[in-house]
Amino acid sequence: MATLHTVNKSPFESATFETCLGLAKSGSTVLLIEDGVYAATTGNSAADAISNAEGINFAVLGPDAKARGVESKLADGIKVVDYTGFVELAAEHDTVQAWL
Amino acid sequence: MKFSIQVNEGPYQHQASDTAYQFTKAALAAGHEIFRVFFYHDGVNNATRLAVPPQDDRNVSAQWSELAKENDLDMVVCIAAAQRRGIMDADEAKRQGLDADNIADGFRISGLGQLIEAGIESDRLLVFGA
Repeated sequence: MATLHTVNKSPFESATFETCLGLAKSGSTVLLIEDGVYAATTGNSAADAISNAEGINFAVLGPDAKARGVESKLADGIKVVDYTGFVELAAEHDTVQAWL
Repeated sequence: MKFSIQVNEGPYQHQASDTAYQFTKAALAAGHEIFRVFFYHDGVNNATRLAVPPQDDRNVSAQWSELAKENDLDMVVCIAAAQRRGIMDADEAKRQGLDADNIADGFRISGLGQLIEAGIESDRLLVFGA
């Protein structure tokens, strides 16, 4: 069963991103929203965790990355979606798990 | 597809209510059905009609009311969470002997059973919060 995980906290503020990665199964997607988008930026430990995670897809909410000025600093291989893309991801996966 | 939305955070607290609003709007625009939006915990503060944000800022509560009006949304506020935070409709204000009510258009006060029902009846339940 494919799950869409939403992470809304910065990895420097909260452990939810790390916990989510530890439990996410292959075939699932982690969508980084709000302050969670910082996990998708290059040059930090969270980015290493993303590149080492096998079988898990990563996406970032574009408007939130843009609002924080990190749009040009996103790591490779991370899909950028808008709110319509967020809705599509929610529909494509069997369930949505919010990490608050 | 049938979506339900749970909002656990108040307006201007951080971003969750805005994200939930944008998601709901995008889902409706894509032709999906929103079965219910349930406001829980500090999320009940979204339901006040007395908020007066600065003119150059968005009015989060009014945005929800407008979206509900345009799309006939069912927006439910948890009664226990609302009473703790002073969100009252006319019936509740009367029952509690209060001199005013403050619930915004499009919101209704009900119980947690409405959240359980939303979870059962919807294909997806998305939670937005602090």
